[in-house]
Amino acid sequence: MTMNWSVIYRNLPLFVTGVRMTLTISFLALLVSIPIGVIAGLFRVSRLRSLRFVAAAYVEFFRGVPLLVLLIWIFFVLGRFLRLTPYWSAVFGLGIFSGAFVAEIVRSGIQAVPRGQMEAARASGMTWLQAMRYVILPQAVRKVLPPMASQFIILVKDSSLVSVISIVDLSMVAKNLVATTFRSIEIWTFVAVLYFCITYGLSQLIALCERRFRMDH
Amino acid sequence: MSQSETIISFRNVSKNFGSLEVLKNISIDIPKSQVFGFIGPSGAGKSTIVRTVNALEGIDGGEIRVDGIPVHAPSTDLNRLRANIGFVSQSFNLYPHLRVLENVALAPVKVKKLPRGEAEERSASILRTLGLGDKMDVFPTRLSGGQQQRVAIARALAMEPRIMIFDEPTSALDPELIKEVLDAIRSLLATGITMLLVTHEMNFAREICDTIVFMADGEILETGKPEQFFRAPKTGRAQDFLSAILNR
Ligand SMILES: Nc1ncnc2c1ncn2[C@@H]1O[C@H](COP(=O)(O)OP(=O)(O)OP(=O)(O)O)[C@@H](O)[C@H]1O
Ligand SMILES: [Mg+2]
Repeated sequence: MTMNWSVIYRNLPLFVTGVRMTLTISFLALLVSIPIGVIAGLFRVSRLRSLRFVAAAYVEFFRGVPLLVLLIWIFFVLGRFLRLTPYWSAVFGLGIFSGAFVAEIVRSGIQAVPRGQMEAARASGMTWLQAMRYVILPQAVRKVLPPMASQFIILVKDSSLVSVISIVDLSMVAKNLVATTFRSIEIWTFVAVLYFCITYGLSQLIALCERRFRMDH
Repeated sequence: MSQSETIISFRNVSKNFGSLEVLKNISIDIPKSQVFGFIGPSGAGKSTIVRTVNALEGIDGGEIRVDGIPVHAPSTDLNRLRANIGFVSQSFNLYPHLRVLENVALAPVKVKKLPRGEAEERSASILRTLGLGDKMDVFPTRLSGGQQQRVAIARALAMEPRIMIFDEPTSALDPELIKEVLDAIRSLLATGITMLLVTHEMNFAREICDTIVFMADGEILETGKPEQFFRAPKTGRAQDFLSAILNR
């Protein structure tokens, strides 16, 4: 079988729209997952049982349901009632799914800060929230950056599942092109390279953050 | 020492960890500007008793008042109370993400709402007094244990507390670093601040304390002047404890 790479550059504009869709959906889902994850993570270490319970239920539920099932369910069930477009169903579904993992990362980051830090801050008269904000979270951020990087990379890759609710992301573009051109080797190779470029760029970006946040330099 | 008013009072205070009675019906009055040394064997409840004063530990019975305020009453504004009580423990617990000066100025800015410039000026002057004038822009991990503990003392002092609590401030330090921390604590005597000091440094306790409180098994067994206590302890427990520690 001979390779024919012309299928790639003849359809470059299509790939560009696919990449753009993958990037925007991932990015918006990221924006959804960070606040949800941080709040749920804080709830997980709260002194209030009810908050801990709510957060634990959220994390357990969304970690336990496969993303594919979740996306379909959100689009066909929830989306019906809330009149969500496929686009927003995808953002919402990915974001809330990823948020459960972010919550666990935040929780473990907070718990990795030695207990004495909270004690020192509280002993000086800070409220729990002040202690969190000025003492615990700045240290937790440095601890969570590496696992967050992995989580965001997973998020980008997971976004390839949104094609099940008919979003034309990078994977969908590839699927459609293969169906019409039968150049599956060239197309899927190229798509793999594109995903790699996106995720590699992301990990470089986070490495940059990590260097900036290093404590003593 | 002239007769002065009580700043901290314990009335029939008890505390349990599960089925273990850690404080058994403790009653004691601590007058203002006095230095109280808490000594006794490991597990006696020394840390626990001083940590109940700023409610780092709760209590199960009785009452503790600081300046007349019932510390453990639900209506008490604990943050306000704690702002007046400096606390230094054996693990210095400096904030590793902040420079030395920022460590010291954080609570004055966030809790006392001092303008940053003023807080930093005051913090800098305290640091200089404690011999840390050249370390202000350094991160804590770069400091020796003795320096870290002096920063922790400066951090507590920056709140201008009326009470300082030291829980074994030198027990995590190498022997050659102990003196600088003891000197820092000694330098506070002139300020007339009330101090609670848990320590195993018997000579230091003897030198700076107005009163020694000897504890064992959650009870106060003896309270007295250092000269009297160290020369002629009344209880058998205290005699055993002192001879064990002094013949080490
Ligand atoms: N958080 C806790 N949970 C359960 N038991 C505890 C806790 N903290 C302290 N204890 C127990 O309470 C008792 C008193 O402890 P405390 O730390 O007050 O003793 P201490 O006199 O300070 O001893 P040391 O000289 O070893 O520091 C000990 O038996 C200890 O094991
Ligand atoms: Mg102790």
